[in-house]
Amino acid sequence: MYALREALAAFRRTPVLTVLSAAMIGLSLCVVGIFAVTAHNVREVLDRVESRVEIVAYLRDDATEQQVQDARAQILALPEVREVLYVSRAQALEIAKQELSDISSIFSDLDVNPLPASLEISLVPGQKGPDVVTAVAARVSSYSFVEDVRYGREWLDKVYLLRRVAGAAALVVGGAFALVAALIIGAAVRMAIFARRDEIAIMRLVGATHGFIRRPFLFEGFFTGLLGALLALPAVYIIFRVLSDAIFHLDWIPPLWVLGGFVIGGVLGIIASWSAVRQHLREL
Amino acid sequence: MIHFQNVVVEYPRSGRALNDISFQVMKNEFCFLTGHSGAGKTTVLRLIHMADRPTDGEVRVSGYSADTIRAREVAVLRRKIGFVFQDFRLLPDRTAAENIAFALQVTGAPKSLIRVKVSRLLAQVGLAAKSEAVPTELSGGEQQRVAIARALANDPVLLLADEPTGNLDDRATRGIYDLFREIHAAGTAVLLATHDSALIRSHPHARVMELDHGQLVYDSEA
Repeated sequence: MYALREALAAFRRTPVLTVLSAAMIGLSLCVVGIFAVTAHNVREVLDRVESRVEIVAYLRDDATEQQVQDARAQILALPEVREVLYVSRAQALEIAKQELSDISSIFSDLDVNPLPASLEISLVPGQKGPDVVTAVAARVSSYSFVEDVRYGREWLDKVYLLRRVAGAAALVVGGAFALVAALIIGAAVRMAIFARRDEIAIMRLVGATHGFIRRPFLFEGFFTGLLGALLALPAVYIIFRVLSDAIFHLDWIPPLWVLGGFVIGGVLGIIASWSAVRQHLREL
Repeated sequence: MIHFQNVVVEYPRSGRALNDISFQVMKNEFCFLTGHSGAGKTTVLRLIHMADRPTDGEVRVSGYSADTIRAREVAVLRRKIGFVFQDFRLLPDRTAAENIAFALQVTGAPKSLIRVKVSRLLAQVGLAAKSEAVPTELSGGEQQRVAIARALANDPVLLLADEPTGNLDDRATRGIYDLFREIHAAGTAVLLATHDSALIRSHPHARVMELDHGQLVYDSEA
């Protein structure tokens, strides 16, 4: 295929230019990659925190078993609710004795059990936003035999704020560096076009279509972007390993994200080349 | 085949290059376009090649009008119009054969056809023995022959030449003109821009159009 052969020939003709632009793109994609690792780990932490979100409804001592069973069935019927666990007063005392073993003697000395029975409500994953939790909690607290409902509203809001800030930061910084990579590819292709302007003029002279002239440059941009991603991958991995070993444990990004990095590199290369060639063809 | 009707070309900085020009060139004509430097010869050739558009009037070439032709059609039209320049415009890093093959590659011609055509064209312009030479290893006359072979690669119906012998000595000039006559005899129209009046006089049967300050002041067929 002529366009592919020409693109590869261009790499052979100007290897320094190719390596230099690929390295610069690699650097930009490296920053994007570090942000991806950070964003991924923040998300993992938040997911773990979120998985613990549950609503506890403390019941009055005079609640009848029938009332509790009915309420349990009704709450379980809510689409956001995954499980409703009934913890009786006796069970609550047992758990308290186990978890607070240091002061278990206090419980043993008691003549009466001071702990209330409760319903522990866990939610369906993905249905743990502050709005959902608040709505379920309100629904549960509407039962007359429910004394109090706890779900840690304040830190739940903070977790969600943190998640939004992390997401926005990754998007803005990642986007900015992706743009830098695109500009670098554009500049590299412009240089390549300048070096081959006579050839392009002759192509037009003998009746080459714009598409025919454009195609080798699109391949060139695509390969440069891909090469940049290939250089960025080990760099990001080394930085990840150093951070993970020296400071705190991190998780490596999912393979799909790595693939995404290559796709971004290639697509940026094509877009940047397209715009550079289009500009040149319009000027002629 | 070429139809100019009241054509005006005005450039924003240098002013009027062509002033109300009308003429026609038929299939298989041999025609000299003459005049001093700056008379408008190159502008006429650029209009025919659709590299420029008229400011006013109508330019039609091979059925395409300059007013309505699209970018893709310009490419298709140019394959039917060979163009030869004073400065040859060959790619310096490619051999004679590769320079000619280039004009066929852009049309997507298959490799086997390109090989056959290139060797036939090299033979036609008398350079079969120099197919592997790069332009710097060829004389001016030989480089122009390569450029002509490239212009003929897509079997054009029209060959345009802009001062094709301006850089050549007398002997090379004669050789190039003989080649143009052969090309014309084989059925291709030739429009040759030159200010070499001795050369025009030596071809008394050819049509001559003379431009002066952007106006057509003489046409032997009119």
